[in-house]
Amino acid sequence: MLGGYLGPLAIIGLTILPAAVVAGVAGRLVRISFLLTLPIAISVVLVSVFTRAGETVLFTIGPFDATAEGVDFAGQTLVRLFAISTAIGLFGLTTDPRAFVFDLERRRLSPRFAFVALATLEAVPAMVERAAVIQAAQRARGLDTEGSVRARLRGVMPLVGPVILSSLTEVEERSLALEVRAFGRPGRRHLLWWIPDSGAQLTVRILAIGALVVATVLRVTGNLDGLP
Amino acid sequence: MLELRDASYRYPGYAKEVLVGVDLVVGDGEIVGLVGPNEAGKSTLCLVASGLAPASIGGKLTGTLTIDGEAMTDRKTHELAERVVICFQNPNTQRSGIAATVFEEIALGPMNLGLPVPEVIVRTREAIALLRLEPIMERHPTRLSGGQAQLVAIASLLAMRPGHVILDEPTAQLDPAGTRMVGEALRQMAERGTSLLLAEHKTDLLDGLCGRIVVIDEGAIVRDGPADEILADPMLAELGVEPPSRVRLSRAVEAAGGDARLVVSGAAAAAAT
Repeated sequence: MLGGYLGPLAIIGLTILPAAVVAGVAGRLVRISFLLTLPIAISVVLVSVFTRAGETVLFTIGPFDATAEGVDFAGQTLVRLFAISTAIGLFGLTTDPRAFVFDLERRRLSPRFAFVALATLEAVPAMVERAAVIQAAQRARGLDTEGSVRARLRGVMPLVGPVILSSLTEVEERSLALEVRAFGRPGRRHLLWWIPDSGAQLTVRILAIGALVVATVLRVTGNLDGLP
Repeated sequence: MLELRDASYRYPGYAKEVLVGVDLVVGDGEIVGLVGPNEAGKSTLCLVASGLAPASIGGKLTGTLTIDGEAMTDRKTHELAERVVICFQNPNTQRSGIAATVFEEIALGPMNLGLPVPEVIVRTREAIALLRLEPIMERHPTRLSGGQAQLVAIASLLAMRPGHVILDEPTAQLDPAGTRMVGEALRQMAERGTSLLLAEHKTDLLDGLCGRIVVIDEGAIVRDGPADEILADPMLAELGVEPPSRVRLSRAVEAAGGDARLVVSGAAAAAAT
C-alpha cells in the first residue's frame, strides 16, 4: 500500500525538510512548494481520479467514475511532485545566485545556461514576495485568507495565476536587461569577487552525486522497484 | 551618431506594425526627448533604436538602424551592448540578481565587457559618484527603494560608458530630487559626447535638458524640432502630453496680461544663478 509513497516521503522527511529547518527556511519552503505544485496538482487529481480505470468505484459524477486506483495514482504523483518542488525550492532559497552563476561559468558552461539557472533560482524568492503583495491586495479587497484550512486554501487559489504569469514576464524583462549589460558576451571576465568553496561543501556535493549515480543504476537495473 | 531610416516594426505574432516609417537621428552629444500619448509607440521605438527589437525579442523590422555609420542588422545583442544601452522603466527587472552589493551590481556591466579589474573599479566608482550613490553602495540590491533601485540601474549602464543611451521613462519611480540628479547625470554624459534618446512623460525634465524633441503618435513621428518650440506647441496637450510647468506658467501669465518672457525654465534659472 505504501509502495510509491515511502521513497518520496523519505526524501522529503529525511533530507529536504531537516535541511530546510537547519537553514531556517522551512516555513517559506512549504509555502513556495505548495504554490509551485498547486496548478499541476489540480489537473493531476482531476485527470487521475476520474479517468484512470479501476475496479473499486468510490463515487460517480455524470459519466465519470472516481476509482480508488485513480486516487492512489494521484496521491503517488502528488507526493513525487511535492518532493521535486521542495528540492527545487530548497535549492533556490539556500543558494547564493552569484556564487552559483559564476561557478557554472568557471566550469565553462555558457552564460545563457547560467542565466536559465539564475532565473530559476531568482524566481523562487521573487514569487514569494509577489504572492505576499497580491495576497495583501486581495485581503484589502475583503478576501478572507486567514482562519481555517479551507479559508486559507480559498485565499491561495486566486494567487496562482497572477503570481506565475507575472513571474514569467519578469524573467523575460530581466533577460533583456542582462543582455543590455553584455551578459551574453563570450570570452573571459575578470571577476571582482572570489567564491569560497569549503571542504564540507565539496563532501556534500560528492555524496549527492554518488547518491544520484546509485539511484540511476538501481532504476536502470530494475532494482529500485523492489524498494519502498 | 544613432540613425533610424524608414524603420517599421511589428512584434512577433502580430500583423499590425507598431512603428511606421520612422526616421530619427540622434547626434553625438545630443539629448533628444521622445514624447507621445500612451500606446503611441515610445517604448517600441526605444527597443528598436537599441537593437533589442528584433535582435532579442524577435518580430519584423524593415528599414535600417545604423550606429556610428555601421548597420546594426543581424548583430548579436552583446555586440550591440558595446555600442548602445537601454534603461527600462521597472528597476526590479533590471537588477541582475547575481550581485551582493550595489557596487557589484554596477560593476557587472564593465566586468561583462572583459575589462581589467582596475578599469572596472574606476568606472564603477565614477558612476557611483555621478549619481551620489556612495551611502548605499555596500547595501544589497534588493534592499533599496524604487527610486534608489532606478538610480542604480542607470549607474549600471553609465559604468559601461556606452556611446549611445536609450532611456524609457527612467524617472517614473523617482522623486523630484532623484529626477534632477538623473537629469544632471545625463547632461554630463552628453557633454562627453554620448548621444541620448529619452522617452519621458515628465516634460519638466526634458525642458532645458533636451535640445530637440520628437513627438510620436500611432507609431509615426508627427513632430521633430527644437525643444522650446515643440514643448510650447498646443498640439502636445491635444495628444494628452502635459506641457512643462514653464510653458503652463507662461500661458497663465499671458492670460493674466503679464509678460510671459519673464518665465524661464528651472534649468535656465539654475544656469543663470
